[in-house]
Amino acid sequence: MSAYEVSIVSIVGINVILAVSLNMISGFCGQISLGHGAFFGAGAYAAALAMVSTGSVTLALCVALITGSILGIIVGFASLRVRTDFLAVTTIGVNFLFIGFVRKQAWLGGEMGISAIPATGLGAAGNMVMIVLFACATVALSFYISRSWMGFAFRAVGEDEGAAATVGISSAAYKLAAFGIGTALAGLAGGLYTFFTQFITADAFDFILSVMLMAMVVIGGIGSTWGVVVAAIGLTLLPEAIRFVNDYRLLIFGGLLVLVIRLAPGGLAAMAHGLFLRVKRS
Amino acid sequence: MYYVDLAVTGVSFGCMYAMMAVGLTLVYGLLRILHVAHAAVFALGAYITVLASNASGSVALGFIAAIVVTPLFGMAIYRLLYEPLLKYRPDVPMIASVGLLVLMQDAFRIVFGEQGITFHRNAITSKTFNFEGITVSAVQIAIVVTTAVVFVALHLFTTRTRIGIGWRATVSRPQIAASFGVDPIKVRYLNFAIGSALAAVAGGLVALLNNLVDPGIGFVVSYKALAIIVLGGLGSVRGTLVASLVLGLVEAYGTIFVGAWLDRDAIAFLALIVLLMIRPQGFTGARTA
Repeated sequence: MSAYEVSIVSIVGINVILAVSLNMISGFCGQISLGHGAFFGAGAYAAALAMVSTGSVTLALCVALITGSILGIIVGFASLRVRTDFLAVTTIGVNFLFIGFVRKQAWLGGEMGISAIPATGLGAAGNMVMIVLFACATVALSFYISRSWMGFAFRAVGEDEGAAATVGISSAAYKLAAFGIGTALAGLAGGLYTFFTQFITADAFDFILSVMLMAMVVIGGIGSTWGVVVAAIGLTLLPEAIRFVNDYRLLIFGGLLVLVIRLAPGGLAAMAHGLFLRVKRS
Repeated sequence: MYYVDLAVTGVSFGCMYAMMAVGLTLVYGLLRILHVAHAAVFALGAYITVLASNASGSVALGFIAAIVVTPLFGMAIYRLLYEPLLKYRPDVPMIASVGLLVLMQDAFRIVFGEQGITFHRNAITSKTFNFEGITVSAVQIAIVVTTAVVFVALHLFTTRTRIGIGWRATVSRPQIAASFGVDPIKVRYLNFAIGSALAAVAGGLVALLNNLVDPGIGFVVSYKALAIIVLGGLGSVRGTLVASLVLGLVEAYGTIFVGAWLDRDAIAFLALIVLLMIRPQGFTGARTA
């Protein structure tokens, strides 16, 4: 594999982890979060600091996971207080607050970010294999949760909190759990991203990224793990595939986003389901 | 005097935010969509104002051109993008809206260039007045006066005219309003037309203030206006006005006191988060239609 292919596969793997973890929060549990970039960034910064001071890959990943999760549970408490669109905009706020805070902190490198992060020692291809393995594990976890009691409870809370409460499901506990698990995975993705680039700045974790992740979830079909994985791969590869129109990339990307939503508003999952039904009928 | 200067900056920014955000909150009140592409309407208004001003030599004609064209664009967005998506979850039209914003922003960059465009004759933009040591620019006065006029006019329109009352009725009780003969579809078009026209005026004023329109002009609107309408209690025009002024002032003073810790956007959103934790439904409380 060429160095270019290795980096593309790595990025795809990281985005799959991010999109699938966001889908646990927004898809399974119905809590719309537009600040997933902040948890990703928190994990990346935590891993970078751990790598610079100790150089231990395992420790860096653990720190990234825990940092993402702690921040996520704090934001999860906000989700107990504000709902739906209020929550969506609060999470946008969390994202901007994270970026604005990091940019002004000298110990986090400020505007320049953290550079010269020690390598993992696995090489680019080794890192890629690690990222892909973690991505597969994330997808497997997502399927497992989806079929478990917890997944059922998530969906119940997402659909109707009142009804969930009447069958004895504590919506507060499950919302916190969804945020905790989803953001822990985002933190993990942040750690992997740090290993991959060895150089991080706050701009890599901005609001645009969070919106892109939400676009992957919506285009994939909210709540469908397969759909989200396909959409995450597709939306990551798309800008690469249309590289030949270099100057018009964003134009075409925006246009395609509009077109896909317009043609398949229920996402890929709904479209596939529709096709399946049609084939079965005929 | 320094603090008064800050207040002037804060209030003029607040007024600008209010004009940007009111269209957004109107759309939310009626359709429950976070209309992110409103930022593209705002940018379009700014571009048209500058282009028409330069072509005709009159800034007033520039504003008129923007007020005429942008409502058409706003209504087209509703018809082509939102109407077919209304029956899906609200995040679906929102992502479509984000796509449109990305597309428009890049279109502006391709057509008018990365550097943006400026007014050829900018006599107004550099004029300032001095009131006993407090410097106020002509554009700042124009912003505050325009905002005041617009909000008073909007208030009179929605309380004194038949169409305005029908509009408010549709927002709070669509079915009952319809049974009284108010056409809900016409109300939606009116909603997008008025919101877009206001965004265009705000865009023109921002263009005057900076004497520059660049492709990124709409980006600030896309997220800060969202914070404002949430703070105002989604769907409430009065709440939006209050929230805009509060945010303008918090930003102006915040950059002085905590500027070493957080940047401007972060201060605005910190204020948003703190206020939302205290009042989860915004300043006025969300109306549930």
